Amino acid sequence: MTIRIENLSVSFDGFRALNSVSIAVDKGESFGLVGESGSGKSTLLRAVSGLAPVSGGTIAVNGEALTGSRRSRAFRRAVQMVFQDPYASLHPRQTVDRQLLEPLAIHGIGDTERRILQALDEVGLGHSFRFRYPHQLSGGQRQRVAIARALIVEPAILLLDEPTSALDASVQAEVLNLLEEVRGRHNLTFVMVSHDLGVVTHMCSRLAVMKAGEVVETLAAADLAGGRMVSDYTRQLMVASKGFSREAVPG
Amino acid sequence: MKPLLTVRNLSVTYPTRTGIVEAVRGISFELGRERLGIVGESGSGKSQTGRAIMGLTPPPGIVRADTLSFSGIDLTQAGPAAWRDMRGSRMAMILQDPKFSLNPVMTIGRQITETLRRHENVTKREARRRALEMLEAVQITDPERVFGLYPFEVSGGMGQRAMIAMMLVCGPELLIADEPTSALDVTVQLEVLGILDRLVRDNGMGLIFISHDLRLVSSFCDRVLVMYAGRIVEELATADLSSAKHPYTQGLLDCTPRIGESRHPLPVLERQKEWAA
Amino acid sequence: MTDPSLPAPESWRDWLLTAEPHSRHQARLGRAYVTWRRFSDNHLAVTGLLIIVALVLVAVFADVLAPHSATFGNLAGARLLPPGSPGFLLGTDDQGRDILSRLIVGSRITLAVVALVAIIAAPVGLLIGTVAGFAGGYVDAVLMRITDIFLAFPKLILALAFVAALGPGIENAVIAIALTSWPPYARLARAETLGVRNSDYIAAVRLMGASPARIVVRHIMPMCLSSLIVRVTLDMAGIILTAAGLGFLGLGAQPPMPEWGTMIASGRRFILDQWWVVTMPGLAILVVSLGFNLLGDGLRDSLDPREAGR
Repeated sequence: MTIRIENLSVSFDGFRALNSVSIAVDKGESFGLVGESGSGKSTLLRAVSGLAPVSGGTIAVNGEALTGSRRSRAFRRAVQMVFQDPYASLHPRQTVDRQLLEPLAIHGIGDTERRILQALDEVGLGHSFRFRYPHQLSGGQRQRVAIARALIVEPAILLLDEPTSALDASVQAEVLNLLEEVRGRHNLTFVMVSHDLGVVTHMCSRLAVMKAGEVVETLAAADLAGGRMVSDYTRQLMVASKGFSREAVPG
Repeated sequence: MKPLLTVRNLSVTYPTRTGIVEAVRGISFELGRERLGIVGESGSGKSQTGRAIMGLTPPPGIVRADTLSFSGIDLTQAGPAAWRDMRGSRMAMILQDPKFSLNPVMTIGRQITETLRRHENVTKREARRRALEMLEAVQITDPERVFGLYPFEVSGGMGQRAMIAMMLVCGPELLIADEPTSALDVTVQLEVLGILDRLVRDNGMGLIFISHDLRLVSSFCDRVLVMYAGRIVEELATADLSSAKHPYTQGLLDCTPRIGESRHPLPVLERQKEWAA
Repeated sequence: MTDPSLPAPESWRDWLLTAEPHSRHQARLGRAYVTWRRFSDNHLAVTGLLIIVALVLVAVFADVLAPHSATFGNLAGARLLPPGSPGFLLGTDDQGRDILSRLIVGSRITLAVVALVAIIAAPVGLLIGTVAGFAGGYVDAVLMRITDIFLAFPKLILALAFVAALGPGIENAVIAIALTSWPPYARLARAETLGVRNSDYIAAVRLMGASPARIVVRHIMPMCLSSLIVRVTLDMAGIILTAAGLGFLGLGAQPPMPEWGTMIASGRRFILDQWWVVTMPGLAILVVSLGFNLLGDGLRDSLDPREAGR
């Protein structure tokens, strides 16, 4: 599965969220999208999944061109998304079991009992979590359920929108490890959005730096870590990630 | 040197339907004219500590302490009027998200002058002048224009700077900042921290910086308190952070992915029951 | 003799409140139990519930409870007897019928009216509101304008018009009231839908490939249910009054049906001297309306606010 985005533009009510963005992701790759708020990184994910209106350019997943907001059944199985806010990504009135059953029911996948238990095992949640409601789960546990829900249809591509930024540091480490493990086991393609350079360089091999709806630079994570970046903005982000120091403050 | 703030055996409890929740369980520390960071994850009690010191614990929370004194004043005995006099003029608090902590139906300038006129006897013109001065001090380039803007019309970083201006306009001695930069972009974070750094230094204030980000706190503060499950598990100077003794602190330091390091999988915090004892 | 090595059986309460339910059934019951506990802490709400339960029981066992016939009275010897007369606890009306018996049998009609209106109006409103809110665009505009048209008429006037067109009778009164009751529910459902529509969990289900119908019915409607239930319960008092009003005007239940509003209508000639003919049914309406109001308030407190975050 490859993702090819060419000159993509997205506008909301006249506001240009994405301005002629081009990205290419290869099969099995882990690709990062970094930027600050308003950079359009989340909008890019939403455009791929059909949640944001495209006003120009093309998106192709595995050679198949995507038009408008409609996506085929096959696409809906092959591409899944994990959202940022664990407190908003699960239906508050449905048990974990029901929420894991839903994607199986929609796609007509049988053998649901086994698959649900397997999904819970895979994300490290015991079977005792199966019939709990979201309000009985911690943030980390909810995010695991969200990941289980995404994985239960056996997708090939996972779009991750800041999956750990709402979690505590220790929980973040656990979830990142889980994501890595899952990716390795199923040979998934990741597109991960984050504002945290540490997380992105840890999880991704290549990344695109975005600012104000445009791609500033695309580079390998190793190059970013080694300080071999081209753009000043990327350098600025690097420096800011290191924490506060009197010399670092501009002005 | 007499400490600015003395806290001995502070506890904050909430009676709930299912039992008593102890948010803060008997912590003690002192603060001089320095920068103290309080670090912890969610549920550690760090925010509750900040609010207890400001007298802002929401009901039905109960605050108890053997000693809670600020600049010689016994805070446990302070009545509502005394608190109102102190807050804003002698002790101030900055919160996380200016979207939620600034009054959305009042202009920024008005909110700053309101604080000023509540505590000091100044004319409207004088108040306006000082508010504009303060907006300049927080590096807002066009203070006249921002004075008349509403909070929803400015960006997050600017809103946070406006909040700082509002809180510091009366020149308080103690500033508590509860996750002041968590809702901001990294580059903006640096700017805001730089402003805080300068103002704290220039005015000789005591600062309590509450955050979940241990690395950020250690780069900004002189001393750090690490909280877990309502208790302080470690207290050390930030220079000594790498030689932290408590496993929780070490775990927190280790588990964040850092640029340039390749640790797969990331070390995970194994919580021990004894830490919450 | 019980074997001491066997573990003690879990109490019902523990089973319901466990943090690790073993089945969907257990999870749902546990959640219902928690809601019930919250509700029962509010004593006024429980009072309201008891009143309604009493109403239901009286309606179910009306035949057994009524001491006299509700339709045939003792014209010769028992006309207009005051309350406390031997055998007639609440007195008799102008046709010698026992008022207590009429009230008891009439409770069936009251309950039927309320239930039927709720069953008809609430689902219609829910469907229209959620579809309008979710679809947006011109579907939303058209549905909401239709709703506005119905909302523009004062309830009683519109009900009057329907009944006048359909003919007097309790069935037509029910239809008329139902037709005027659904618009507020549609607005309520639409408002809830708009709030929920853009949340991540709905986006997640959309990304799974769920059809709009599935999203609306299985994911959005459950979110609207709590506020809808509260609103319907609070409206029930108004429905009773509207039915009584129609009965009073002679357009609802027809005599000799012991519908409470009709009783007030036919008794109004005697209001000054034989006050009980009018007052007793009036008090019955008052008590039942109060019951529904208290119940609705209690439901609002226990169903909505904390559930929103939980």
